[in-house]
Amino acid sequence: MERVRERLNMNAIQVIPVNWYLLLSAVLFTIGVLGVLFRRNAIIIFMSVELMLNAVNLLLVAFSTYLSDSAGQVFVFFIMAVAAAEVAVGLAILMSVYRNTMSTDINILSKLKG
Amino acid sequence: MIKLVWLVPLLPLIGFLIIGFLGKKLSKGLVGTIASGVVLTAFAVSLGIFFELGGQTEKSVTIDLFSWISAGKLSIPFSFLVDPLSSLFLLIITGIGFLIHLYSIGYMHDDEGFSRFFAYLNLFVFFMLLLVLGSNYLIMFVGWEGVGLCSYLLIGFWFKNTAYNNAAKKAFIMNRIGDLGFLLGIILIFVTFGSISYGDVFEQAKHFIGDNSVITAIALLLFIGAMGKSAQLPLYTWLPDAMAGPTPVSALIHAATMVTAGIYMVSRSNILYTLSPFAMEVVAVVGVCTALFAATIGLAQNDIKKVLAYSTVSQLGYMFLALGVGAYTGAVFHVMTHAFFKALLFLGAGSVIHAMSGEQDIRKMGGLKKYIPITHLTFLLGTLAIVGFPGFSGFFSKDEILAHAWEHNKLLWFLGVLGAAMTTFYMFRLYFLTFKGSFRGTHEQEHHLHESPKSMTIPLIVLAALSVVGGLIGIPEVLGGHHYLEHYLKPVFEDSSFRLVHHLSHETEYILMGVAITVMALSLYYAYNTYVKNKTLPEKEDAELKPLHKLVYKKYMIDELYENVFMKPINFIGDALHKVVDNQIVDGIVNGMGSLVSGVSGLIRQAQTGNTGFYVFVMVISIVLILFTQLF
Amino acid sequence: MITLLLIFFPLVAAMLLLLVKGEQVKKIALGAAIVEFAISIGALFLFQKNADTQFELNYPWIRSMGINFHVGMDGISLLLVLLTTFLVPVIILTSFNKNHKNPSTFYSLILAMQFALVGVFVSLDGFLFYVFWELALIPIYFICLLWGGDDRARITFKFFVYTLAGSLLMLAGLIYLYQFTPNHTFDIAALYAAGQSLDAAHQGYVFWAMFMAFAIKMPVFPFHTWQPDTYTTAPTQGTMLLSGIMLKMGTYGVIRWLLPVAPLGVEHWAHFAIVLAVIGILYASTIAIAQKDFKRLIAYSSIAHVGLIAAGILAGNVQGVQGSMIQMLSHGVNVVGLFFIVDMLESRFNTRELHAMGGIRNVNPQFAVLFLIVLLGSVALPLTNGFVGEFLLLNGVYQYNAWIAAFAGISVILGAVYMLRSYQSIMLGETNAMTASFAPLTGSEKAVLVIICAAIIAFGVYPKPLLDIAEPSVIKLVEGFKLAIGK
Repeated sequence: MERVRERLNMNAIQVIPVNWYLLLSAVLFTIGVLGVLFRRNAIIIFMSVELMLNAVNLLLVAFSTYLSDSAGQVFVFFIMAVAAAEVAVGLAILMSVYRNTMSTDINILSKLKG
Repeated sequence: MIKLVWLVPLLPLIGFLIIGFLGKKLSKGLVGTIASGVVLTAFAVSLGIFFELGGQTEKSVTIDLFSWISAGKLSIPFSFLVDPLSSLFLLIITGIGFLIHLYSIGYMHDDEGFSRFFAYLNLFVFFMLLLVLGSNYLIMFVGWEGVGLCSYLLIGFWFKNTAYNNAAKKAFIMNRIGDLGFLLGIILIFVTFGSISYGDVFEQAKHFIGDNSVITAIALLLFIGAMGKSAQLPLYTWLPDAMAGPTPVSALIHAATMVTAGIYMVSRSNILYTLSPFAMEVVAVVGVCTALFAATIGLAQNDIKKVLAYSTVSQLGYMFLALGVGAYTGAVFHVMTHAFFKALLFLGAGSVIHAMSGEQDIRKMGGLKKYIPITHLTFLLGTLAIVGFPGFSGFFSKDEILAHAWEHNKLLWFLGVLGAAMTTFYMFRLYFLTFKGSFRGTHEQEHHLHESPKSMTIPLIVLAALSVVGGLIGIPEVLGGHHYLEHYLKPVFEDSSFRLVHHLSHETEYILMGVAITVMALSLYYAYNTYVKNKTLPEKEDAELKPLHKLVYKKYMIDELYENVFMKPINFIGDALHKVVDNQIVDGIVNGMGSLVSGVSGLIRQAQTGNTGFYVFVMVISIVLILFTQLF
Repeated sequence: MITLLLIFFPLVAAMLLLLVKGEQVKKIALGAAIVEFAISIGALFLFQKNADTQFELNYPWIRSMGINFHVGMDGISLLLVLLTTFLVPVIILTSFNKNHKNPSTFYSLILAMQFALVGVFVSLDGFLFYVFWELALIPIYFICLLWGGDDRARITFKFFVYTLAGSLLMLAGLIYLYQFTPNHTFDIAALYAAGQSLDAAHQGYVFWAMFMAFAIKMPVFPFHTWQPDTYTTAPTQGTMLLSGIMLKMGTYGVIRWLLPVAPLGVEHWAHFAIVLAVIGILYASTIAIAQKDFKRLIAYSSIAHVGLIAAGILAGNVQGVQGSMIQMLSHGVNVVGLFFIVDMLESRFNTRELHAMGGIRNVNPQFAVLFLIVLLGSVALPLTNGFVGEFLLLNGVYQYNAWIAAFAGISVILGAVYMLRSYQSIMLGETNAMTASFAPLTGSEKAVLVIICAAIIAFGVYPKPLLDIAEPSVIKLVEGFKLAIGK
């Protein structure tokens, strides 16, 4: 048992230094943020949100491995599950928006102006 | 017999319940019989109690019925006190009450509200008996307000007439003003003595050490109650209006019994008053002012019942004068004699009105002597009694009051005699204009004139007899009598007796009596001269009167004054409070809060552009800012 | 066990009633309310006349926050529960001549209201009390909104927001106290102890937070402006629930919560609050005199009566609190009677204007007598129920301050003025064309008035049974209060 755990700890992920993961995740996240901020197509914004989520997921997995704490990976599963649900709901909303406006441009959705 | 005292109020209550619930199904005869029967039985029991109490040494018996209200150390039993004072009042109430019930059978015979009338009358007797029997102030208050209610119901007995209803309402409300003072007085008694039972309170009061001003406050508060119920200045205006009720009601409630409740209350609380000379002084001054004031109004009235009403107010003033100068026995004595002759006069007036088919204006009467001889004779006897003709009952009681007033303060005596002179004048004016001379009414009325039925004349005769001989139980020693009444009531007033010592020499008393008789005779002569010899008649309704005469005729405009000073402003303020303060100011503030919230929200709402990109942008910037502040 | 039955029986009945359709609804609702009354009478017989809290039940509810389902009754609670269970069947009976739309919902809401009201009166846990307090608002809101008169949406909304604002303050006060409980619990005893451990200034905050809620509910001047409108607009049964029972939540709250929780705050602020109450008495009485709408007149008279109750409680002595207990019952009975009379007139003539009526006594003397008895109870004539309470209240206030009592007493006079004036213009005088058609009383109308008149006279002549129920608890409460303020 002891050996098995040691082998598991020494897996491929740990070969690469953690800084690289951090960097990659930061880049992905920034791309996501910029996408949300500057694109007007709802679907692309949606994808950008997913990208941000996955950047976080990546970071969680990386830290989970480096710190040998499986809780991080549990979170990832939760996030994935929630993201999947969110996609389902979100896309459904988008579908009905598209049906009504024949567009996915978010700037025409300003009916809730105060 | 004393143990059965609860029967006395219970009987009229039963009468009330029977007539009240079954009245419509019973015949008039039966209703009359039940109503007067229960009062007669109560009278019989009272008589038994009176003599039993006179025969035994124990002069004050308390009978507990049940515990009524209790809260903490306040405990009020529903219990009765039988002592000389209450037993005397029992006799007056049930005795005169019975006579008036009897009289009403004839007087009200054709009225559609016959059974209702007797139900009210029985209820009144019940409450009045409660008032005098209660062994603590709260039971007295129950009776006090209860008789007020009955008075309200009976004044407004003919409820289709708005003026009568207004009179009834006025009586109730004026009484309530007094009642508030009474109630506060009761509470102050409880706060001061820790009890409101007569026994406890008076026992403690006797040994009361400390600030006398508390006693004065109690005495004055109670006196406010008495002013309302006994129609003293400034709360007297309801009583003349109360004449709107059927005449037997005026006789029973507004002359003989209810209005003397104030005198009963003060003489019941005599110790408290004796301890507070200031309160006594107030009572005496209010009394004498009322006596004079009402007498002047009485001089100029033309309604037979109104004259008697002002005369009642004036006589009540005399009773308070008596109380104020410490002549408690004299006051009670005058209550009794007044009950006899004033009930007689009212019933006589009722008989006259009956004969005149409802006419009450003395300008349209005259010469009735030969048409209604019994009424005439009894009315004359009553008039002689009230003016204090020597030998008649009023003479002795009034003389006692004036003697005490002299002893206390010469000015009070002088004003009292002046009032007596006016009394003589207006009473004989009334008598002469009604019975002497020639008839001034319409032919129809003249044709219809008739003597009243027996059920009405018998009470008149009995009361006339009492008015004549009623004074015999109080003949002062100076005239060789024994003043039985004083001896009988002695236990009640014993503790106040240090103020009741006679200082007057017999010579002074003879002189005072002589003066009173002379003044009375002069006044009588003047009235005779004016109304019989010169056949002067009061001015017609629309005649131009001299200013002073007019002022008196209009009753000094007191009613108009109250209307303008109290009722109109209250209505105005009520309306203003509702429309301005409630709807504008208070509600304005409340609605202002709402407007404030929606105004602010209108401002903040501007930030919600509806542009998703903007939202996201703000969100990201905010997150960055938060992170920035948190991390660095 | 009997407490649970008392609380939940009306709720179950309300639920089941929703399933019933048709004419039977009224009778079933009345039956349920009578059963509930019978249960409360049972409780009365089982009740031991001492100061202890009885029929106590304590189940954990939200353990992590120290919230328990803690209920029980002492004399004070029992009297108010009895008032509720007595009045609800009477109120249901008053609607027998009416055909409300959606009757099953209507009666179900009334019974749901009863559930919440009983809950308020038996709660011994701060949070539970708050929950019932707010629950009571929901049914009455819908009753007023769905069956009310003109302009009901705006008025009901105002009423709702008004009372809700008050109760939020109360919640804040409760939570504030909760912080100071040793084990973080909402239990009544712990809250008492927590409140009393505060210094006078902080008790003052608690006083105001809670007093606002109670003052709005009663209502005390100047928090009363929702009341006349709401009473006037609500359907008669709603007005009866509001004035007969719901108003007593406020006065009960002062007795049960305010006095023990913030005794120093009460002592410090009582003078101010009593003066407010007395101003309210005179203010409302004066306005009542000028009213022409009979229902609104009674609404204002209710402010005057409840002002005296509030003043009596805050005076903090046995007579004042006992008087308030009796007066709560009397006022409940009398005001239901008066509003019923308004309803009878309105349903016959379609108007409530005083000057339009007159002379009904000529047409229906029986009604005149019953009306007169209710009126006399309301003006506190001795030997009616109103007098006992009023005397004790004035007595209590007098011991606090003689002048305030004298001013409060003026309501005795003004009350007679406006009540007699309205009686005169409705019942006396000559009959007019409209009033000549006054339809005879129906069986249910007679029954309601006779029940109410019987209660008015019975408890005026012999109030001792009621006084005895509450007295030990009141004495205990007042002594605790006096101990806490060091007198």
